[in-house]
Amino acid sequence: MAIIETKDLTFRYEDADSDALCGVTLSIEEGSFTAILGHNGSGKSTFAKHLNAILLPSGGKVYVGGVDTADESRLFDVRKTAGMVFQNPDNQIVATVVEEDVAFACENMGLPQEEIRKRVDECLAAVGMSEYARHAPHLLSGGQKQRVAIAGVLAMRPRCIVMDEPTAMLDPSGRAEVIRAVQQLNRETGMTVILITHHMEEAALADRVIVMKQGKVALDGTPKQVFSQVDRLRELSLAAPQTVQLVHALDPAGTVLSPEALSVEECVGQLMKYLEA
Amino acid sequence: MLKDITLGQYFPGTSPLHRMDPRSKLLILILYIVTIFVVKGLFPYLICVLALITAVIISTIPPKMVLRSLRPILIIVLFTGLLNLFYTPGVELFHLWIFKITREGIATAAAMALRIILLVASTSLLTYTTSPMSLTDALENLLGPLKKIKAPVHEFAMMMSIALRFIPTLIEETNKIMSAQKARGADFESGNIFSRAKALVPVLVPLFVSAFRRAEELATAMECRLYHGGEGRTRLHSLHYGRVDLIAAILAVAVCGGAIALHILL
Repeated sequence: MAIIETKDLTFRYEDADSDALCGVTLSIEEGSFTAILGHNGSGKSTFAKHLNAILLPSGGKVYVGGVDTADESRLFDVRKTAGMVFQNPDNQIVATVVEEDVAFACENMGLPQEEIRKRVDECLAAVGMSEYARHAPHLLSGGQKQRVAIAGVLAMRPRCIVMDEPTAMLDPSGRAEVIRAVQQLNRETGMTVILITHHMEEAALADRVIVMKQGKVALDGTPKQVFSQVDRLRELSLAAPQTVQLVHALDPAGTVLSPEALSVEECVGQLMKYLEA
Repeated sequence: MLKDITLGQYFPGTSPLHRMDPRSKLLILILYIVTIFVVKGLFPYLICVLALITAVIISTIPPKMVLRSLRPILIIVLFTGLLNLFYTPGVELFHLWIFKITREGIATAAAMALRIILLVASTSLLTYTTSPMSLTDALENLLGPLKKIKAPVHEFAMMMSIALRFIPTLIEETNKIMSAQKARGADFESGNIFSRAKALVPVLVPLFVSAFRRAEELATAMECRLYHGGEGRTRLHSLHYGRVDLIAAILAVAVCGGAIALHILL
Protein backbone atom coordinates (compact mmCIF):
# COMPACT_ATOMS: atom_id res chain seq x y z
CA MET A 1 0.00 0.00 0.00
CA ALA A 2 1.28 3.47 -0.80
CA ILE A 3 1.82 5.67 2.22
CA ILE A 4 2.76 8.75 0.22
CA GLU A 5 1.28 9.70 -3.11
CA THR A 6 1.85 12.83 -5.10
CA LYS A 7 -0.25 13.62 -8.14
CA ASP A 8 1.14 16.08 -10.66
CA LEU A 9 2.77 18.06 -7.84
CA THR A 10 3.85 21.54 -8.91
CA PHE A 11 5.41 24.20 -6.75
CA ARG A 12 6.81 27.65 -7.33
CA TYR A 13 8.52 29.75 -4.65
CA GLU A 14 7.30 33.30 -4.26
CA ASP A 15 9.25 35.69 -6.51
CA ALA A 16 10.71 32.78 -8.48
CA ASP A 17 10.67 32.78 -12.27
CA SER A 18 10.30 29.06 -12.75
CA ASP A 19 8.71 26.13 -10.97
CA ALA A 20 10.84 24.35 -8.36
CA LEU A 21 8.74 21.24 -8.92
CA CYS A 22 6.94 20.60 -12.18
CA GLY A 23 4.50 17.76 -12.22
CA VAL A 24 5.95 15.15 -9.89
CA THR A 25 3.80 12.03 -9.70
CA LEU A 26 5.16 9.40 -7.34
CA SER A 27 3.90 6.83 -4.94
CA ILE A 28 5.96 5.46 -2.10
CA GLU A 29 5.19 2.07 -0.60
CA GLU A 30 4.81 1.57 3.12
CA GLY A 31 7.89 -0.08 4.64
CA SER A 32 10.18 0.82 1.76
CA PHE A 33 13.52 2.61 1.89
CA THR A 34 13.65 5.22 -0.84
CA ALA A 35 16.58 7.49 -1.60
CA ILE A 36 16.08 10.70 -3.52
CA LEU A 37 19.14 11.97 -5.33
CA GLY A 38 19.72 15.11 -7.26
CA HIS A 39 22.04 17.98 -7.87
CA ASN A 40 21.65 21.26 -5.95
CA GLY A 41 18.50 22.99 -7.12
CA SER A 42 16.99 19.79 -8.47
CA GLY A 43 13.96 20.22 -6.24
CA LYS A 44 14.66 17.28 -3.94
CA SER A 45 14.48 19.30 -0.71
CA THR A 46 11.41 21.16 -1.94
CA PHE A 47 9.81 17.80 -2.60
CA ALA A 48 10.68 16.60 0.92
CA LYS A 49 9.10 19.70 2.46
CA HIS A 50 5.82 18.83 0.76
CA LEU A 51 5.64 15.46 2.48
CA ASN A 52 5.32 17.18 5.83
CA ALA A 53 3.11 20.10 4.81
CA ILE A 54 5.89 22.62 5.46
CA LEU A 55 5.20 23.67 1.90
CA LEU A 56 1.83 23.27 0.23
CA PRO A 57 1.56 22.50 -3.49
CA SER A 58 0.93 25.33 -5.95
CA GLY A 59 -0.70 22.74 -8.15
CA GLY A 60 -1.51 19.04 -7.88
CA LYS A 61 -2.01 17.02 -4.72
CA VAL A 62 0.04 15.34 -2.00
CA TYR A 63 -1.51 12.55 0.06
CA VAL A 64 0.25 11.36 3.21
CA GLY A 65 -1.35 8.29 4.74
CA GLY A 66 -4.40 9.05 2.61
CA VAL A 67 -4.74 12.61 3.93
CA ASP A 68 -4.50 15.61 1.60
CA THR A 69 -1.71 17.84 2.99
CA ALA A 70 -3.60 20.95 1.90
CA ASP A 71 -6.34 20.13 4.41
CA GLU A 72 -5.40 22.41 7.28
CA SER A 73 -7.66 20.68 9.80
CA ARG A 74 -5.63 17.45 9.33
CA LEU A 75 -2.21 19.13 9.55
CA PHE A 76 -1.23 17.30 12.74
CA ASP A 77 -2.26 13.95 11.27
CA VAL A 78 0.03 14.58 8.32
CA ARG A 79 2.94 15.55 10.57
CA LYS A 80 2.32 12.59 12.87
CA THR A 81 2.37 10.22 9.91
CA ALA A 82 5.48 11.60 8.23
CA GLY A 83 8.17 12.83 10.63
CA MET A 84 10.89 15.07 9.30
CA VAL A 85 14.61 15.18 10.14
CA PHE A 86 16.61 18.16 8.91
CA GLN A 87 20.17 18.77 7.85
CA ASN A 88 21.57 20.69 10.80
CA PRO A 89 21.14 18.78 14.06
CA ASP A 90 21.92 21.90 16.11
CA ASN A 91 18.91 23.72 14.72
CA GLN A 92 16.36 21.06 15.52
CA ILE A 93 17.22 20.24 19.12
CA VAL A 94 14.98 22.27 21.40
CA ALA A 95 15.88 21.13 24.88
CA THR A 96 19.08 21.18 26.91
CA VAL A 97 18.89 17.55 28.00
CA VAL A 98 18.73 14.71 25.47
CA GLU A 99 15.71 12.93 26.94
CA GLU A 100 13.75 16.17 27.30
CA ASP A 101 14.35 16.87 23.65
CA VAL A 102 13.15 13.42 22.62
CA ALA A 103 10.06 14.02 24.75
CA PHE A 104 9.26 17.34 23.05
CA ALA A 105 6.89 15.95 20.41
CA CYS A 106 5.10 13.72 22.92
CA GLU A 107 4.65 16.69 25.23
CA ASN A 108 3.10 18.65 22.39
CA MET A 109 0.75 15.75 21.72
CA GLY A 110 -0.41 15.97 25.30
CA LEU A 111 0.41 12.35 26.15
CA PRO A 112 0.32 11.17 29.77
CA GLN A 113 3.64 11.15 31.60
CA GLU A 114 4.11 7.35 31.76
CA GLU A 115 3.52 7.06 28.02
CA ILE A 116 6.08 9.80 27.32
CA ARG A 117 8.64 8.05 29.53
CA LYS A 118 8.03 4.76 27.71
CA ARG A 119 8.37 6.29 24.27
CA VAL A 120 11.48 8.29 25.15
CA ASP A 121 13.25 5.17 26.43
CA GLU A 122 12.16 3.16 23.40
CA CYS A 123 13.23 5.76 20.88
CA LEU A 124 16.59 6.42 22.50
CA ALA A 125 17.22 2.66 22.47
CA ALA A 126 16.17 2.46 18.81
CA VAL A 127 18.95 4.86 17.80
CA GLY A 128 21.46 3.49 20.34
CA MET A 129 21.60 6.62 22.48
CA SER A 130 20.15 5.29 25.75
CA GLU A 131 23.29 5.91 27.75
CA TYR A 132 23.25 9.59 26.77
CA ALA A 133 19.70 10.25 28.02
CA ARG A 134 20.82 12.74 30.67
CA HIS A 135 23.54 14.43 28.61
CA ALA A 136 23.56 17.96 27.26
CA PRO A 137 23.12 17.88 23.47
CA HIS A 138 25.81 20.47 22.72
CA LEU A 139 28.46 18.14 24.16
CA LEU A 140 27.59 15.30 21.75
CA SER A 141 29.23 14.65 18.39
CA GLY A 142 27.41 15.52 15.17
CA GLY A 143 26.38 11.93 14.50
CA GLN A 144 25.08 11.54 18.04
CA LYS A 145 23.12 14.80 17.80
CA GLN A 146 21.53 13.70 14.57
CA ARG A 147 20.56 10.36 16.16
CA VAL A 148 18.93 12.30 19.00
CA ALA A 149 17.03 14.34 16.42
CA ILE A 150 15.87 11.10 14.78
CA ALA A 151 14.74 9.76 18.17
CA GLY A 152 12.83 13.01 18.72
CA VAL A 153 10.89 12.39 15.52
CA LEU A 154 10.40 8.66 16.22
CA ALA A 155 8.73 9.58 19.50
CA MET A 156 5.68 10.69 17.53
CA ARG A 157 5.45 7.07 16.25
CA PRO A 158 5.34 8.17 12.62
CA ARG A 159 4.73 5.57 9.90
CA CYS A 160 7.23 7.29 7.67
CA ILE A 161 10.37 9.27 8.33
CA VAL A 162 11.61 11.85 5.82
CA MET A 163 15.23 12.92 6.10
CA ASP A 164 16.50 15.97 4.30
CA GLU A 165 20.24 15.44 3.86
CA PRO A 166 20.71 14.27 7.47
CA THR A 167 24.39 13.49 6.92
CA ALA A 168 25.43 16.59 4.98
CA MET A 169 27.03 18.27 8.00
CA LEU A 170 28.61 15.16 9.51
CA ASP A 171 32.07 13.63 9.30
CA PRO A 172 32.42 10.15 7.73
CA SER A 173 32.08 8.29 11.03
CA GLY A 174 29.03 10.32 12.03
CA ARG A 175 27.55 9.64 8.63
CA ALA A 176 28.03 5.90 9.01
CA GLU A 177 26.46 6.04 12.50
CA VAL A 178 23.33 7.78 11.24
CA ILE A 179 22.93 5.62 8.16
CA ARG A 180 23.32 2.46 10.22
CA ALA A 181 20.60 3.66 12.60
CA VAL A 182 18.30 4.46 9.68
CA GLN A 183 18.86 1.11 7.98
CA GLN A 184 18.18 -0.70 11.22
CA LEU A 185 14.93 1.21 11.69
CA ASN A 186 13.77 0.30 8.23
CA ARG A 187 14.67 -3.39 8.55
CA GLU A 188 13.62 -4.06 12.11
CA THR A 189 10.51 -1.96 12.55
CA GLY A 190 9.42 -1.70 8.91
CA MET A 191 9.53 2.09 9.08
CA THR A 192 9.15 3.76 5.70
CA VAL A 193 12.27 5.83 5.10
CA ILE A 194 12.71 8.58 2.55
CA LEU A 195 16.31 9.72 2.45
CA ILE A 196 17.25 12.85 0.55
CA THR A 197 20.98 12.74 -0.06
CA HIS A 198 23.75 13.47 -2.49
CA HIS A 199 25.94 10.59 -1.39
CA MET A 200 25.71 7.75 -3.88
CA GLU A 201 26.98 5.24 -1.32
CA GLU A 202 24.02 6.04 0.96
CA ALA A 203 21.54 5.85 -1.88
CA ALA A 204 22.94 2.45 -2.90
CA LEU A 205 21.62 1.04 0.39
CA ALA A 206 18.01 1.89 -0.45
CA ASP A 207 15.39 -0.35 -2.10
CA ARG A 208 14.55 2.33 -4.59
CA VAL A 209 16.40 5.34 -5.97
CA ILE A 210 14.72 8.36 -7.48
CA VAL A 211 16.88 10.91 -9.28
CA MET A 212 15.46 14.39 -9.71
CA LYS A 213 16.45 17.09 -12.12
CA GLN A 214 14.94 20.55 -12.53
CA GLY A 215 11.86 19.65 -10.56
CA LYS A 216 11.13 16.44 -12.45
CA VAL A 217 11.78 12.77 -11.83
CA ALA A 218 14.65 11.87 -14.14
CA LEU A 219 15.32 8.28 -13.11
CA ASP A 220 13.40 5.89 -10.89
CA GLY A 221 14.22 2.29 -10.07
CA THR A 222 16.24 -0.05 -7.91
CA PRO A 223 19.80 1.10 -7.14
CA LYS A 224 21.10 -1.43 -9.67
CA GLN A 225 18.84 -0.18 -12.42
CA VAL A 226 19.66 3.46 -11.73
CA PHE A 227 23.39 3.27 -11.09
CA SER A 228 24.13 1.04 -14.05
CA GLN A 229 23.15 3.92 -16.35
CA VAL A 230 26.55 5.56 -15.96
CA ASP A 231 26.25 7.87 -18.98
CA ARG A 232 22.74 9.00 -18.10
CA LEU A 233 23.89 9.81 -14.56
CA ARG A 234 26.74 11.88 -15.94
CA GLU A 235 24.23 13.86 -17.98
CA LEU A 236 22.42 14.60 -14.72
CA SER A 237 25.74 15.76 -13.25
CA LEU A 238 25.85 12.88 -10.81
CA ALA A 239 28.65 10.37 -10.43
CA ALA A 240 27.84 6.68 -10.17
CA PRO A 241 29.45 4.79 -7.26
CA GLN A 242 33.15 4.13 -7.85
CA THR A 243 32.62 0.37 -8.20
CA VAL A 244 30.14 0.89 -11.03
CA GLN A 245 32.43 3.42 -12.68
CA LEU A 246 35.35 0.98 -12.61
CA VAL A 247 33.36 -1.82 -14.22
CA HIS A 248 31.94 0.58 -16.76
CA ALA A 249 35.35 1.94 -17.68
CA LEU A 250 36.70 -1.55 -18.27
CA ASP A 251 33.83 -2.67 -20.41
CA PRO A 252 31.70 0.26 -21.64
CA ALA A 253 29.61 -1.86 -23.96
CA GLY A 254 28.74 -4.31 -21.18
CA THR A 255 29.59 -7.36 -23.29
CA VAL A 256 31.31 -9.35 -20.53
CA LEU A 257 30.48 -7.44 -17.36
CA SER A 258 27.16 -6.31 -16.02
CA PRO A 259 27.46 -2.77 -14.66
CA GLU A 260 25.43 -3.65 -11.59
CA ALA A 261 28.36 -3.94 -9.17
CA LEU A 262 27.20 -1.81 -6.26
CA SER A 263 29.12 -3.34 -3.40
CA VAL A 264 32.86 -3.99 -3.30
CA GLU A 265 32.21 -7.76 -3.24
CA GLU A 266 30.09 -7.59 -6.38
CA CYS A 267 32.77 -5.47 -8.02
CA VAL A 268 35.45 -8.03 -7.17
CA GLY A 269 33.24 -10.79 -8.58
CA GLN A 270 32.85 -8.87 -11.83
CA LEU A 271 36.59 -8.24 -12.07
CA MET A 272 37.34 -11.95 -11.59
CA LYS A 273 34.95 -12.68 -14.44
CA TYR A 274 36.69 -10.06 -16.58
CA LEU A 275 40.11 -11.53 -15.91
CA GLU A 276 38.90 -15.02 -16.75
CA ALA A 277 37.42 -13.76 -20.00
CA MET B 1 36.73 35.82 27.26
CA LEU B 2 33.79 33.92 25.85
CA LYS B 3 34.42 30.70 27.69
CA ASP B 4 33.96 32.48 31.01
CA ILE B 5 30.28 33.05 30.38
CA THR B 6 28.73 30.35 32.51
CA LEU B 7 25.12 31.47 32.55
CA GLY B 8 22.84 28.55 31.92
CA GLN B 9 25.54 25.89 32.18
CA TYR B 10 23.96 22.93 33.83
CA PHE B 11 26.07 20.25 35.52
CA PRO B 12 24.00 17.09 35.80
CA GLY B 13 24.20 15.40 39.21
CA THR B 14 22.27 13.64 41.92
CA SER B 15 22.95 15.80 44.98
CA PRO B 16 20.02 16.93 47.17
CA LEU B 17 20.32 20.32 45.46
CA HIS B 18 19.89 18.71 42.07
CA ARG B 19 16.92 16.68 43.29
CA MET B 20 15.06 19.66 44.73
CA ASP B 21 12.03 21.01 42.95
CA PRO B 22 13.12 23.96 40.80
CA ARG B 23 10.26 26.03 42.17
CA SER B 24 11.49 25.74 45.73
CA LYS B 25 15.05 26.48 44.59
CA LEU B 26 13.84 29.59 42.84
CA LEU B 27 11.79 30.77 45.80
CA ILE B 28 14.63 30.08 48.21
CA LEU B 29 17.02 32.00 45.95
CA ILE B 30 14.65 34.99 45.97
CA LEU B 31 14.45 34.83 49.76
CA TYR B 32 18.24 34.64 49.95
CA ILE B 33 18.75 37.62 47.63
CA VAL B 34 16.23 39.70 49.58
CA THR B 35 18.09 38.77 52.76
CA ILE B 36 21.53 39.79 51.49
CA PHE B 37 20.16 43.15 50.43
CA VAL B 38 18.24 43.74 53.66
CA VAL B 39 20.86 42.85 56.25
CA LYS B 40 23.90 44.83 57.29
CA GLY B 41 26.72 44.06 59.66
CA LEU B 42 29.41 41.42 60.04
CA PHE B 43 27.45 38.56 61.63
CA PRO B 44 24.45 38.53 59.31
CA TYR B 45 26.84 38.50 56.32
CA LEU B 46 28.87 35.74 57.88
CA ILE B 47 25.69 33.64 58.09
CA CYS B 48 24.87 34.36 54.45
CA VAL B 49 28.38 33.45 53.27
CA LEU B 50 28.45 30.26 55.35
CA ALA B 51 25.01 29.28 54.05
CA LEU B 52 26.19 29.64 50.46
CA ILE B 53 29.41 27.71 51.09
CA THR B 54 27.39 24.90 52.69
CA ALA B 55 25.06 24.85 49.68
CA VAL B 56 28.02 24.65 47.29
CA ILE B 57 29.49 21.74 49.28
CA ILE B 58 26.16 19.88 49.28
CA SER B 59 25.72 20.49 45.55
CA THR B 60 29.03 18.67 44.73
CA ILE B 61 29.67 21.41 42.14
CA PRO B 62 33.44 22.10 42.10
CA PRO B 63 33.96 25.41 44.02
CA LYS B 64 36.24 26.43 41.16
CA MET B 65 33.21 26.58 38.86
CA VAL B 66 31.37 28.91 41.24
CA LEU B 67 34.45 31.15 41.44
CA ARG B 68 34.73 31.15 37.67
CA SER B 69 31.19 32.50 37.41
CA LEU B 70 32.43 35.57 39.34
CA ARG B 71 35.19 36.47 36.92
CA PRO B 72 33.06 38.42 34.41
CA ILE B 73 31.61 40.63 37.18
CA LEU B 74 35.00 41.48 38.70
CA ILE B 75 35.01 44.93 37.08
CA ILE B 76 31.50 45.72 38.29
CA VAL B 77 32.45 44.68 41.81
CA LEU B 78 35.59 46.86 41.75
CA PHE B 79 33.71 49.78 40.26
CA THR B 80 30.85 49.73 42.77
CA GLY B 81 33.35 49.15 45.57
CA LEU B 82 35.47 52.15 44.59
CA LEU B 83 32.49 54.42 44.06
CA ASN B 84 31.15 53.58 47.48
CA LEU B 85 34.59 53.86 49.00
CA PHE B 86 35.11 57.46 47.89
CA TYR B 87 31.60 58.87 47.80
CA THR B 88 30.12 57.83 51.12
CA PRO B 89 30.02 60.71 53.57
CA GLY B 90 31.02 60.02 57.17
CA VAL B 91 33.98 59.98 59.55
CA GLU B 92 37.07 60.80 57.53
CA LEU B 93 40.02 58.40 57.82
CA PHE B 94 42.23 59.43 54.94
CA HIS B 95 42.36 62.40 52.56
CA LEU B 96 44.37 62.90 49.39
CA TRP B 97 43.55 65.72 46.95
CA ILE B 98 39.85 65.19 46.03
CA PHE B 99 39.76 61.61 47.35
CA LYS B 100 38.71 60.95 50.85
CA ILE B 101 38.03 57.64 52.50
CA THR B 102 35.56 57.38 55.32
CA ARG B 103 34.92 54.58 57.77
CA GLU B 104 31.37 54.31 56.48
CA GLY B 105 32.81 54.23 52.95
CA ILE B 106 34.89 51.16 53.70
CA ALA B 107 31.95 49.40 55.31
CA THR B 108 29.55 50.22 52.45
CA ALA B 109 32.11 49.31 49.79
CA ALA B 110 32.80 45.94 51.41
CA ALA B 111 29.07 45.30 51.87
CA MET B 112 28.21 46.20 48.27
CA ALA B 113 31.03 44.07 46.86
CA LEU B 114 29.99 41.15 49.03
CA ARG B 115 26.34 41.53 48.04
CA ILE B 116 27.12 41.43 44.33
CA ILE B 117 29.43 38.46 44.77
CA LEU B 118 26.83 36.54 46.79
CA LEU B 119 24.09 37.48 44.33
CA VAL B 120 25.99 36.15 41.32
CA ALA B 121 27.43 33.10 43.09
CA SER B 122 24.06 32.00 44.45
CA THR B 123 22.37 32.53 41.09
CA SER B 124 25.08 30.53 39.31
CA LEU B 125 24.62 27.76 41.84
CA LEU B 126 20.96 27.63 40.84
CA THR B 127 21.76 27.37 37.13
CA TYR B 128 24.52 24.82 37.78
CA THR B 129 22.19 22.49 39.64
CA THR B 130 18.98 23.05 37.69
CA SER B 131 18.49 22.22 34.04
CA PRO B 132 17.32 25.34 32.19
CA MET B 133 14.30 23.39 31.05
CA SER B 134 13.13 22.69 34.59
CA LEU B 135 13.98 26.25 35.56
CA THR B 136 11.67 27.63 32.92
CA ASP B 137 9.08 25.03 33.94
CA ALA B 138 9.33 26.44 37.43
CA LEU B 139 8.92 30.00 36.17
CA GLU B 140 5.98 29.02 34.01
CA ASN B 141 4.41 27.25 36.94
CA LEU B 142 5.01 30.04 39.45
CA LEU B 143 3.80 32.71 37.04
CA GLY B 144 0.86 30.49 36.02
CA PRO B 145 -1.78 32.65 37.70
CA LEU B 146 -0.83 35.50 35.33
CA LYS B 147 -2.23 33.45 32.41
CA LYS B 148 -5.67 34.46 33.68
CA ILE B 149 -4.96 38.05 32.72
CA LYS B 150 -3.76 36.83 29.29
CA ALA B 151 -0.05 37.27 30.05
CA PRO B 152 1.99 35.12 27.59
CA VAL B 153 3.61 33.08 30.36
CA HIS B 154 4.16 29.91 28.33
CA GLU B 155 5.61 31.79 25.37
CA PHE B 156 7.94 33.67 27.69
CA ALA B 157 9.14 30.45 29.32
CA MET B 158 9.66 28.80 25.92
CA MET B 159 11.63 31.77 24.63
CA MET B 160 13.83 31.70 27.67
CA SER B 161 14.55 28.00 27.49
CA ILE B 162 15.44 28.26 23.81
CA ALA B 163 17.70 31.24 24.50
CA LEU B 164 19.47 29.20 27.17
CA ARG B 165 19.71 26.18 24.88
CA PHE B 166 21.41 28.24 22.17
CA ILE B 167 23.98 30.02 24.35
CA PRO B 168 26.66 27.31 23.97
CA THR B 169 25.87 26.94 20.25
CA LEU B 170 26.23 30.66 19.63
CA ILE B 171 29.39 30.93 21.72
CA GLU B 172 30.90 28.14 19.66
CA GLU B 173 29.84 29.92 16.50
CA THR B 174 31.27 33.26 17.69
CA ASN B 175 34.61 31.61 18.32
CA LYS B 176 34.53 30.09 14.85
CA ILE B 177 33.73 33.43 13.20
CA MET B 178 36.43 35.17 15.24
CA SER B 179 38.99 32.59 14.14
CA ALA B 180 37.87 32.99 10.54
CA GLN B 181 38.21 36.78 10.73
CA LYS B 182 41.57 36.50 12.49
CA ALA B 183 42.79 34.22 9.72
CA ARG B 184 41.97 37.03 7.33
CA GLY B 185 43.92 39.55 9.35
CA ALA B 186 41.32 40.97 11.75
CA ASP B 187 42.79 42.29 14.97
CA PHE B 188 40.73 41.89 18.14
CA GLU B 189 43.44 42.29 20.75
CA SER B 190 45.19 45.60 20.21
CA GLY B 191 44.02 49.19 20.29
CA ASN B 192 41.85 51.02 22.80
CA ILE B 193 38.41 49.89 23.87
CA PHE B 194 36.69 51.74 21.02
CA SER B 195 38.78 50.28 18.24
CA ARG B 196 38.36 46.86 19.81
CA ALA B 197 34.60 47.28 19.94
CA LYS B 198 34.68 48.37 16.31
CA ALA B 199 36.70 45.28 15.42
CA LEU B 200 33.81 43.16 16.72
CA VAL B 201 31.37 44.43 14.08
CA PRO B 202 32.55 41.93 11.44
CA VAL B 203 31.93 39.22 14.03
CA LEU B 204 28.50 40.36 15.09
CA VAL B 205 27.02 40.79 11.62
CA PRO B 206 27.52 37.17 10.47
CA LEU B 207 26.55 35.99 13.95
CA PHE B 208 23.21 37.80 13.75
CA VAL B 209 22.54 36.59 10.22
CA SER B 210 23.17 33.01 11.25
CA ALA B 211 21.11 33.39 14.43
CA PHE B 212 18.11 34.44 12.36
CA ARG B 213 18.59 31.51 10.01
CA ARG B 214 18.85 29.15 12.97
CA ALA B 215 15.69 30.64 14.44
CA GLU B 216 13.77 29.97 11.28
CA GLU B 217 15.00 26.40 10.98
CA LEU B 218 14.26 25.75 14.63
CA ALA B 219 10.74 27.12 14.27
CA THR B 220 10.10 24.76 11.33
CA ALA B 221 11.56 21.81 13.23
CA MET B 222 9.36 22.62 16.24
CA GLU B 223 6.25 22.82 14.09
CA CYS B 224 7.16 19.49 12.54
CA ARG B 225 7.17 18.07 16.03
CA LEU B 226 3.63 19.32 16.53
CA TYR B 227 4.41 22.36 18.65
CA HIS B 228 1.36 24.58 18.91
CA GLY B 229 1.87 26.69 22.00
CA GLY B 230 1.25 25.79 25.61
CA GLU B 231 -2.30 24.55 25.22
CA GLY B 232 -2.77 20.89 26.08
CA ARG B 233 0.94 20.32 26.61
CA THR B 234 2.07 17.68 29.08
CA ARG B 235 5.55 17.22 30.48
CA LEU B 236 8.05 14.38 30.78
CA HIS B 237 9.11 15.61 34.19
CA SER B 238 6.24 17.13 36.09
CA LEU B 239 7.05 19.20 39.12
CA HIS B 240 6.30 18.00 42.60
CA TYR B 241 7.53 19.04 46.00
CA GLY B 242 9.25 16.29 47.99
CA ARG B 243 10.79 15.80 51.41
CA VAL B 244 14.06 17.40 50.26
CA ASP B 245 12.12 20.57 49.48
CA LEU B 246 10.50 20.66 52.90
CA ILE B 247 13.86 20.31 54.66
CA ALA B 248 15.45 22.93 52.38
CA ALA B 249 12.59 25.34 52.95
CA ILE B 250 12.85 25.00 56.74
CA LEU B 251 16.63 25.51 56.61
CA ALA B 252 16.34 28.48 54.27
CA VAL B 253 13.73 30.21 56.39
CA ALA B 254 15.79 29.53 59.51
CA VAL B 255 19.03 30.88 58.00
CA CYS B 256 17.55 33.93 56.30
CA GLY B 257 15.25 34.63 59.23
CA GLY B 258 18.21 34.29 61.57
CA ALA B 259 20.29 36.72 59.52
CA ILE B 260 17.50 39.28 59.40
CA ALA B 261 16.80 38.85 63.13
CA LEU B 262 20.47 39.42 63.91
CA HIS B 263 20.42 42.52 61.72
CA ILE B 264 17.41 43.94 63.56
CA LEU B 265 18.72 43.06 67.01
CA LEU B 266 22.29 44.30 66.56
